[in-house]
Amino acid sequence: MSEHLTEIVVFSALFLLVSGMGFVAARWRRPDNLATLDEWGLGGRSFGPWITWFLVGGDLYTAYTFVAVPALLWGAGAMGFFAVPYTIVVYPIVFLVLLRLWSVSHVHGFVTPADFVRARFGSPTLALLIAITGIVATMPYIALQLVGIEAVLKSMGVTGHLPIIIAFAILAAYTYQSGLRAPALIAFVKDTLIYIVILVAIFAIPAQLEGGWSGIFDAAQAKFDATPAQGDGILLNAGNQLQYITLALGSALALFLYPHSITGVLASRNRDVIKRNMSALPAYSLLLGLIALLGYMAIAAGIKPIGTDNNTIVPQLFDKMFPDWFTGVAYAAIGIGALVPAAIMSIAAANLFTRNVYKEYLKPDASDADEARVSKITSLLVKVGAVLCILFLDTGFSIDLQLIGGVIILQTLPSVALGLYTRWFHRIGLIAGWAGGMAAGMLLLYNIGNPVTGKLHFAGSAFPLEKLGLDTKMTVYAGVLALAVNLAVAAAGTLIARGAKASEGDDATRPDHYLADEGDPRVKDLDLTH
Amino acid sequence: MTTPDAPELTTPDDPGGPGGPDQDRSDRSPWNWLLILPIILPLAPFLFNFDEPRIFGFPRFYWLQFLFIAVGVTCTTIVYQMTKRRR
Repeated sequence: MSEHLTEIVVFSALFLLVSGMGFVAARWRRPDNLATLDEWGLGGRSFGPWITWFLVGGDLYTAYTFVAVPALLWGAGAMGFFAVPYTIVVYPIVFLVLLRLWSVSHVHGFVTPADFVRARFGSPTLALLIAITGIVATMPYIALQLVGIEAVLKSMGVTGHLPIIIAFAILAAYTYQSGLRAPALIAFVKDTLIYIVILVAIFAIPAQLEGGWSGIFDAAQAKFDATPAQGDGILLNAGNQLQYITLALGSALALFLYPHSITGVLASRNRDVIKRNMSALPAYSLLLGLIALLGYMAIAAGIKPIGTDNNTIVPQLFDKMFPDWFTGVAYAAIGIGALVPAAIMSIAAANLFTRNVYKEYLKPDASDADEARVSKITSLLVKVGAVLCILFLDTGFSIDLQLIGGVIILQTLPSVALGLYTRWFHRIGLIAGWAGGMAAGMLLLYNIGNPVTGKLHFAGSAFPLEKLGLDTKMTVYAGVLALAVNLAVAAAGTLIARGAKASEGDDATRPDHYLADEGDPRVKDLDLTH
Repeated sequence: MTTPDAPELTTPDDPGGPGGPDQDRSDRSPWNWLLILPIILPLAPFLFNFDEPRIFGFPRFYWLQFLFIAVGVTCTTIVYQMTKRRR
C-alpha cells in the first residue's frame, strides 16, 4: 500500500474537494424554493451553454466509458473504436429532435420522457412502460460507474468494498441536498481534470514508447496477429464492419433516450443552448477517441491487467508512465468522473418514479414539495440498489445488464422520438411494439455466445446473422434488429387498433408547442391565471 | 402532472413577449440538410477501413475518423449559426 501513498493522498484530497463542492452547490444560483422537481431535479431549467456543455458532457462520457473503451481496444482492436463514429453521428441525428422535446417539455413542464408520452398519447400505461424501461436501463449504468471507481482503487492497492460504500454515501448525501446543481458544479472539475490528464497522456506516453505513434499501432497489430481470435486487429474485417456501423448507429439512437441524457437537455435555458451544444459536445468525442487509443498504448507498453479485470488496463498504464502525484490526479479524474453521471442518473431514475409511478398511481394530488421529497428519497434508494448490485452480484452481471439496458432503452424510440414528430402510431400499437421489441431483444442477446470465453449467453451485442439462416459471417447489433421488430409490430398494431376503432386517447400537445422557446407562455403559467 | 387535465391553451399567443412567438415559426431550413453529411460519413467503413496512408503514424482508419469529428462540428456549427433566433 505504501508504494501508492502519494497517489492515495492526491486522490483523496481531490475527492474531498469535490465532495465539498457538492454540498455547497445547493447555494449555487440559489432559487427561492428548492423543494420542487423543477429546481431539485432540473436545476431550475436555467443552465446556459457552458454549464450545459460541462453537465451533458460529464453525463454522457462516463468514467466507465473512459475505462472500458480503451479496455475494448486493448482486447479486440478496431471494433472498440466504434465509440468515435457513435459520438459523431449522435449530435446531427438528435439536433432537431431534442429541440422539439425541449420545447414541448418547456410548455408543459415535463420532467421525464414518460411525462411527454403520457400527454402525447393519453396513455398512463404506455408512460409507465417507458418509465420502467428507463429505470431498468439506468440502474446497471449507475452500478457500472462503481466499476470505474473500483478499477482505480484496485490499482492503488485498495481492496474491500468499504471505500466504495463511503464514496457513494457521500455522493448520495450531496445529491440529496443539492439535486442537479451538484453534478453540474462538479462537472467543471471532473472535465478539467480529464482534459489535462489526456492531453498529458497523448504527448508524454508515446514519447516514452519506442517508435512513437507508429510503433504503438504496429505493436497493437503484432499482438492481434499473434492471437487465435478472428475478429481482432487494428482494422475491421469483413465479419464485423456491419456490427461496427450498426452498433455506432444503434448506440447513437439510444443515447438521448436514456433518462439521464434527457435530464441534462431539459435543464438548459433555451433552444439556442441546445443547438450550440450539439456543435460543441463533439469536443468530448475527440477526447474519447484519444482515450480509446490508451488501449493501444497499453499494448505497446506491455501493460498487463490486474487478474482478469481488463478495466484496470488504463489505471495500470498511468501507474507505469506517470510520476506518482500525477497518477493520483489521473485516478481522481476517473473517480470523480464516475460521480457526475451517477448523480444525474439517480436523479433521472428518481424523477421517473416520482412522476410516472408515484404521482400517477399512488398519490395523484401530490404537491410540488411532495414530488421533490419523494424524488430525493428515491435517489437515495437507487444508489443503495446500485451499491448492492456491486456487493452481491458479479461485476460481469452488471456489464450484462448494461448491455441489455442499451437494447431495451432503444425500444422507447417509437414512443418518445417518433412521437415528437407524428401521432400516427396508436397507443395500443406502441405498447405491442414495445413488448415485441423487448422480447426480440432479450431473445437475441440470450443467443449471443462467445466461443473464446466459453460464455453461452449475453456474451456481447454482436448477433451473428447466420443464426437467422443467412449464409454469412457478418454480425449485427442486436438492438437494431430488436428495434426493427418493434417498429413492425407497432405499425401492424396501429392498423389493427384503428381497424377495431379502439380509442385513440387525447393528445394534450399542439403543433406550436414543439416550437416554443424561452419566454413563451407555458400551460402551467396560464393555469394559474384561470 | 399538470398536463393532461390542464385546459387547452385557448389564449392567443402573446405577441408582445421577448422575441414574441409567431404563428409561422418553424424548424424547417434548407441548412438542416447539412446534418446528413456527418451522419453518413462515419457509417461508411469503405472510406476509412485502411491502414495507408498513415499520418503522424496514425493509420487512415484512425485519422480519418478523427477528421470526421471536425466535419461534424463544422456542419452542426453552420446549421446553428444559420438557424439561431434573431434577437
